[in-house]
Amino acid sequence: MQFTQVFGSTIGKKLLLGVTGLSWAGFAIGHLVGNLQLLYTDPTPFNKYAHFLTSLGGLLYFVESVLVLSLLLHFLYAIKVTLENKKARPDKYEVHRSAKGVSKRGFSTASMIYTGLLLFIFLIIHINNFKYGTFYTTMIDGKEVRDLYKTVYEYYSNPVNVFYYVAMMILLGTHLSHGFWSAFQSLGINGKRFTPFIYSAGTVVAVLLAVGFVFIPVYIYYMGGV
Amino acid sequence: MEKTLNLTLKIWRQKNATSPGKIVEYKVSDISTEMSFLEMLDVLNEDLTKKGEEPVEFDSDCREGICGTCGVVINGIPHGGYKATTVCQLHMRHFKNGETIVIEPWRARAFPIVKDLVVDRSAFDRIMASGGYISIKTGSAPDANAIPVPKENADIAMDMAACIGCGACVAACPNASASLFVGAKISQLSLLPQGKVEAARRAENMVAQMDKEIFGACTNIQECEAVCPKEISISAIARMRREYVKAAIK
Ligand code: HEM
Ligand code: FES
Repeated sequence: MQFTQVFGSTIGKKLLLGVTGLSWAGFAIGHLVGNLQLLYTDPTPFNKYAHFLTSLGGLLYFVESVLVLSLLLHFLYAIKVTLENKKARPDKYEVHRSAKGVSKRGFSTASMIYTGLLLFIFLIIHINNFKYGTFYTTMIDGKEVRDLYKTVYEYYSNPVNVFYYVAMMILLGTHLSHGFWSAFQSLGINGKRFTPFIYSAGTVVAVLLAVGFVFIPVYIYYMGGV
Repeated sequence: MEKTLNLTLKIWRQKNATSPGKIVEYKVSDISTEMSFLEMLDVLNEDLTKKGEEPVEFDSDCREGICGTCGVVINGIPHGGYKATTVCQLHMRHFKNGETIVIEPWRARAFPIVKDLVVDRSAFDRIMASGGYISIKTGSAPDANAIPVPKENADIAMDMAACIGCGACVAACPNASASLFVGAKISQLSLLPQGKVEAARRAENMVAQMDKEIFGACTNIQECEAVCPKEISISAIARMRREYVKAAIK
């Protein structure tokens, strides 16, 4: 089959959404674990970690390019799939209800495109605030390195910023509560024992990511001044 | 013990494929709880005929839940949402006296309305014609044990073969996707040795035809499995995707 035929098909588009979505979910998990170092009152471990990442050079650029490309593909195909799916039912039902039972139809499945679009805007703002945010420096082991810790603490001393971030992280959890298991199903990875497992794992991942990412700025807001 | 019901029906009436339709309200009385949903509609149609009005068009054939011809959306759920039940096997005892029931046709771009509650499901036939078969010489039955089939595969293939092609999966899916139907057909055939020969070509062609008919893409909501009168699992859709990937990298 031609490349264009595969990724132009309803199945191929979902393969792309699944792979790119999972790569971001994987990144989010790593990002949360690294960021837990923001909870130390000592800025050094976090700044050392941030410095270590930037010092990776080529490897960092590679990972960043993969993520940016993934996000763009995810964004484009998400919009494409959503619009095409709307066209598949031009005339609406007078009444359309869920049969419940095994159905997963609900807020998170119906809001994927909206939670996704809001996350896309958030990511741009977020990267702009930190990666390209105020550049402070500090001395670690006699070397001058970036004091990203200070940028983060400064940003989250503003309750508006905390509120926006918290809201977006709840949306991330909502997106992943369907997205995580759905990606495996889209890739054809399904099994009698595996599917219930990955569905529960998806709920756990979604809740842990949301709770973790919400906790950090709230903690900084209340403890940062101390 | 037989009880009777008086009901208000809100039914989608549409003259033909091109004219706009609308919901029309009807009353039916003395409906036995032992009737099927379609028998209740038969009663309505007799009333309408006597009054000189046009009866409500709906599809049915076997009326025993095995042919896949019947199917309407009842109060927002294809086949009404009772476990493993087609509309022809749905009994009126599930309804309450005085209840209002909204009855609509399957709605999907690929299933254009022919009249009232009847839709054109020939898109399914075209998908089947594109690869839903095994090209072997038929004729007299082969020796039963000549081609060994693992028991697990035979069981799953049998579950998949239960699909009666009614189209409730498409009607229920928020994306009007035909993935459960196509997944069941692809799975059934690809699990059996005779069907493996054409597995790649079949997956490629049936998916291409499904897309050409403008069914939506599956977003794993599982509403299809919830309404399927044959309780076909969405593992069929995952298997279709695996078969498709295998075909793609071949
Ligand atoms: C660019 C902004 C985004 C948009 C517009 C978007 C939108 C969507 C849409 C419409 C779907 C398909 C829904 C479905 O098939 O059920 C989807 C799936 C998914 N999204 Fe996103 N999303 C975005 C960002 C993200 C991010 C940042 C992550 C991860 C942290 C993510 C993870 C996923 C996953 C894992 C899936 C499941 C894929 C599948 O079902 O195959 N998305 N997204
Ligand atoms: S009429 Fe045959 S399944 Fe209902």
